[in-house]
Amino acid sequence: MTGLVAGVDVGGTFTDLVILDPATGAVRLAKVPTSLPDQSGGVLAAFTEAGADLADMDLIVHGTTTTTNAVLERKLCRTGLITTQGFRDVLELGRRTRPQAYGMTGTFVPVIPRDLRLEVPERMDARGRVITALDEVAVADAVRRLLDQGCESLVIHFLHAYANPVHELRAAEIAAGLWPNGYITTGHSLLSESREFERGVTAAVNASVQPLLERYVARLAHGLKAKGYGRDLLVMNGNGGMVAADKVAREAVKTVMSGPASGVMAAVATGRRAGMANLLTYDMGGTSTDVAMIKAGVAPVSNEIEVEYAMPIHVPMVDVRTVGAGGGSIARVDAGGMLRVGPESAGSYPGPVCYGRGGERVTISDANLLLGRLPAHRFGQAAEAARAAMEAQIARPLGLSVEQAAEAVVRIANTHMAGAIRMVSISMGADPRDFALFAFGGAGPLHAVALARELAVPRVLVPARPGLTNALGCVVADLRHDFVRTLNRPLDAVDMAEVHAVLAGQEAEGRRLIGAEKLALAQVRAEFSADMQFVGQTHLLRIALPGPEVSREVMQAAFEAAYWARFKVDLPDIRANLVNLNCSVIGERPELDLSRLIEPGGRLPVAQPAETRNVWFGGWVDTPVYWRDHLPLALNLTGPVIIEQMDTTVVVEPGCRVTSDLDGNLIVEVGNA
Amino acid sequence: MLDPVTLAVIQAGLQQVCDEMDLTFSRAAFSPVIAEADDRSDGIYSAKDGSLIAQGSKGLPVFVGVMQFSTRTLIERIRSGETATPEPGDIYIVNDPYLGGTHLMDVRFAMPFYRGGELVCWLSNTGHWPDTGGAVPGGFSASAISAEQEGLRLPPVKLFKRGEMDREIWQIICCNIRVSEQRIGDVKAQASALLVGAERLAGLMDRYGDATVAEAIAEMRKLAARQMRAVMADVPETPVRATAIVDSDGVVNEPLTIALTLRRQGADVVFDFAGSSPPCMGPMNSVRATTLSAVYLAVRHVFPDVPISAGAFEPLLVTGIEGTFLDARYPRPVSGCAAEVSQRIAEAVFAALVQVFPDRVTAAPAGTSGNFGLGGHDPERGRDFVMYQISGGGYGGNAGHDGLSNGCSTIGISKAPPVEIMEQTFPVLYRRYALHEGSGGAGQHRGGFGLDYEIELLRGHARASFVMDHGRVGPQGVLGGKDGAVNRVEVHRGGEVWVPPHLSKAQDIALQPGDRVRVRTPGGGGYGDPAARDPALVAEDVRLGRYSAEEARRLFGRF
Repeated sequence: MTGLVAGVDVGGTFTDLVILDPATGAVRLAKVPTSLPDQSGGVLAAFTEAGADLADMDLIVHGTTTTTNAVLERKLCRTGLITTQGFRDVLELGRRTRPQAYGMTGTFVPVIPRDLRLEVPERMDARGRVITALDEVAVADAVRRLLDQGCESLVIHFLHAYANPVHELRAAEIAAGLWPNGYITTGHSLLSESREFERGVTAAVNASVQPLLERYVARLAHGLKAKGYGRDLLVMNGNGGMVAADKVAREAVKTVMSGPASGVMAAVATGRRAGMANLLTYDMGGTSTDVAMIKAGVAPVSNEIEVEYAMPIHVPMVDVRTVGAGGGSIARVDAGGMLRVGPESAGSYPGPVCYGRGGERVTISDANLLLGRLPAHRFGQAAEAARAAMEAQIARPLGLSVEQAAEAVVRIANTHMAGAIRMVSISMGADPRDFALFAFGGAGPLHAVALARELAVPRVLVPARPGLTNALGCVVADLRHDFVRTLNRPLDAVDMAEVHAVLAGQEAEGRRLIGAEKLALAQVRAEFSADMQFVGQTHLLRIALPGPEVSREVMQAAFEAAYWARFKVDLPDIRANLVNLNCSVIGERPELDLSRLIEPGGRLPVAQPAETRNVWFGGWVDTPVYWRDHLPLALNLTGPVIIEQMDTTVVVEPGCRVTSDLDGNLIVEVGNA
Repeated sequence: MLDPVTLAVIQAGLQQVCDEMDLTFSRAAFSPVIAEADDRSDGIYSAKDGSLIAQGSKGLPVFVGVMQFSTRTLIERIRSGETATPEPGDIYIVNDPYLGGTHLMDVRFAMPFYRGGELVCWLSNTGHWPDTGGAVPGGFSASAISAEQEGLRLPPVKLFKRGEMDREIWQIICCNIRVSEQRIGDVKAQASALLVGAERLAGLMDRYGDATVAEAIAEMRKLAARQMRAVMADVPETPVRATAIVDSDGVVNEPLTIALTLRRQGADVVFDFAGSSPPCMGPMNSVRATTLSAVYLAVRHVFPDVPISAGAFEPLLVTGIEGTFLDARYPRPVSGCAAEVSQRIAEAVFAALVQVFPDRVTAAPAGTSGNFGLGGHDPERGRDFVMYQISGGGYGGNAGHDGLSNGCSTIGISKAPPVEIMEQTFPVLYRRYALHEGSGGAGQHRGGFGLDYEIELLRGHARASFVMDHGRVGPQGVLGGKDGAVNRVEVHRGGEVWVPPHLSKAQDIALQPGDRVRVRTPGGGGYGDPAARDPALVAEDVRLGRYSAEEARRLFGRF
């Protein structure tokens, strides 16, 4: 056994593979087009591309967008719902919202169509007392009707099942006797807290992607096995941990944010080795810009993520927020004569003018090209079209030169992204100045330094392989299980013995699940937290707890301190309320050597520019352009500098110093804002 | 002349200051109305005349532009000596509807912002307090006939003096409002938002220079005015007419008419409301600031790109409201102005604008907040309770799509509370929470569907009150589309079904355990000729039970 670890991530355009030898740190990489609709073809192709023998792999961890795409494109399995009489429209009515604050338009497609949502007599009250007994005959009838209508999956979702699941359990038992497969999801099993729309959508999404994910994973596992892989396949979850492939479909909804989560986990691991525990991840691609805040080496996890308009998924997932439309954001001069960038986007198709796919409206990517930040030779004729578009759409109306116009577009885009990032950090109770910016994605490193200046972030870290970050996240991922228990009682009225028992029980269950995996682990640890508020409030603050045996006084003090830190408000006369007790049990894998993500043999002893080209920094500046893979580890350059690599370009603004750490990460000191 | 980049950057910066105030306010607030429903707004206002410089994008739409009127009044009263002169660290509190406000529950704070000892602008915010006293908990009395019945009215007074809260004023307030013990949390949140705003604004001015920021503000105002004029350029000089009907004022059972004439006048656009009904006896009066704000928010729903600033409102001239119920004066009751009348005003504006911009404007949305209040005693918990149910309705069909179902009120952005949370908190049981079948107005693109819910009182006793609208006529269809279904309220008591005489408004209806209230909210208006609707879509709606086959034949002439 050679013990190789492979991380393979399927994105919208590319399937990325990182294979790492834990013994030597040796790395093999591959980037191949994603195969659709069956992503497993691309995964296998990536191993071929890397020249890897699957029999040599000790562990394969897989990040997939199978469920993400299914949800966003509504390409879901035919799923039926059985619910409480009077409530079949909950999934369609939502919470009385609209997609945007202004504009009385919008569309919404419920996860399960109305004719597949059936009602049965049954009712609990809010304390879990039976008001109407479950009509078991009606359940069996409904199950048969849904089967007759060709449903493959089933959701059983009753009001107040979080308080008493007995009706859901009995209905599921009846259904199991009739349903031809195991695709039955009960509402309370994924999320045992109140709010019928959110719990129902979470269950409905789970059921309607479950068969897809199971089939896909089975197909992939089979394909890997046929090529010699003899171990378990693990799959990335949206919580940043991984689970065994044969168990992942049970809670398929947890994989919906798997891609962004693995990027954040790569940042955590990279930051840990680089000695940077506070990171703002900044992932800018062609169609979206996503950020997450890593505090003290811990990825942010939220139970309340809305993956799109009126699509809440309330299971613990890494909290990644979309703050912009990416490089495809369209720039324009409005009717008043004001320059605007976004939120409209050219997307990836037709995309920016410079892609030459018929895009006619000028975008952020076009601006970067015209400023000399992107290598013009890669764009050919389309670069001229981008210039003409910038001239006509922005420069002439504003009375600027093309370069000034392009610079203005980038600057305004940065201002908006910085504002959005600042809002994210404030909503999470953090000051961006205490963080380093971890830049990845195709366009992240282009903007990161300027953005860091705007945010007064002192330092930017560009990882060795910005375009393979998600795959690296799979390589370094830990095993992880999250638990949430809702108490929702004033802290002074809570039985602390119950608190201790809940937390200890959560920890024990997590350790049991992790112990069942056949995987070498460095250690298993548990993290405890509480979601708290003042009585009468609705928003929650998450408070870290030292351990399961925490005292009431410690909880009260920790909450008050956190509240003061966040709002500068103290409210001594109002009681604290304990809403949720949370525990995450993490099976940490041994730390991996990431020093050879860029092959050391290719590095030159002294940095030598591959070329010098004109790049616009308020005027044309002769700027050295370096090839990233050739840079020495003993690096010390001062901007303006451009560093190019296979899948991204790093722009180091004038006056900023760039060095490298031993893993080959570039560290840019931004200096004072 | 400022370069376009600096201008755009400063504009974004001012916007972020306001957005940050909005966020701080909501997240620290206690009242669910603010914390969950975002019934609040924050902005920056000129020191000279109170005109709006920038407003948070996450504020409740009904507050668009509204605080510039209260700030202007405050400035005038300071000049005339009626109100004390500001000093650094002061925060004024005011909720008087007639001094540039909405209803009494919307409590405004205003804080002077100084640079080098000079007052350069005001930071102000509004939050909807759950109660400000008056005849009924929550303030929405459907039968009030004077302002005093609606609650405590505060002229602008300093609640904070040089950074310290005035305990005496605070005690007076607390003695006059319900559930006052939690209000201190909201007050601190509201003040804290202004302090955060001041800190951020100072940072922005330090960075770009006071003179540059001032120049940018002046320039932004000009550009916003120019942009509004450009988007409104197609409004003709020939008058475009529209009306909207309020069911009744809650006291006198007669409809109230909003009559709107839209026309171009030079570079500006006139919204003339002459011919609207006179001031009414009950609480369905609007005050001037709310009427103007309703026009602004409706225009913003159509042209969301134009930034919220005084410049954007400059070309929108609102006339003819004097002597009508859209410009009520003390002591006319006004509790319905923000939640209901404002939405009827917006409906009239949509109905006029859709004739000019058929591709941009929708048929009428449900346009009622659906306030249903239930107050009573819960013997199981041994305490009194006050419950509010708000509800959505169908949106209007539009050039591209059918209307959305169960959308939020035109003037709001808040979510309705989940049934499970309501049942945890109050002694009620929902018998249904469903799509209001058949309610979408027929059209080539039909209206969205309203909500159909039914609540049963489980124990104790309670009194129900309703402040809704669109019970008499449904949300209007346009361009040949049909109206959406009307709002219907039924009270089921002891085997009898009782319908309020005012249809959408009633107060203090006594309920016993087992009694039920059923509410069906309006569907959106239809857009375009129903006969032009794709037959497959008609069939799909029937298959999904949204319309019965009979309804489909009647409404769309087919199936």
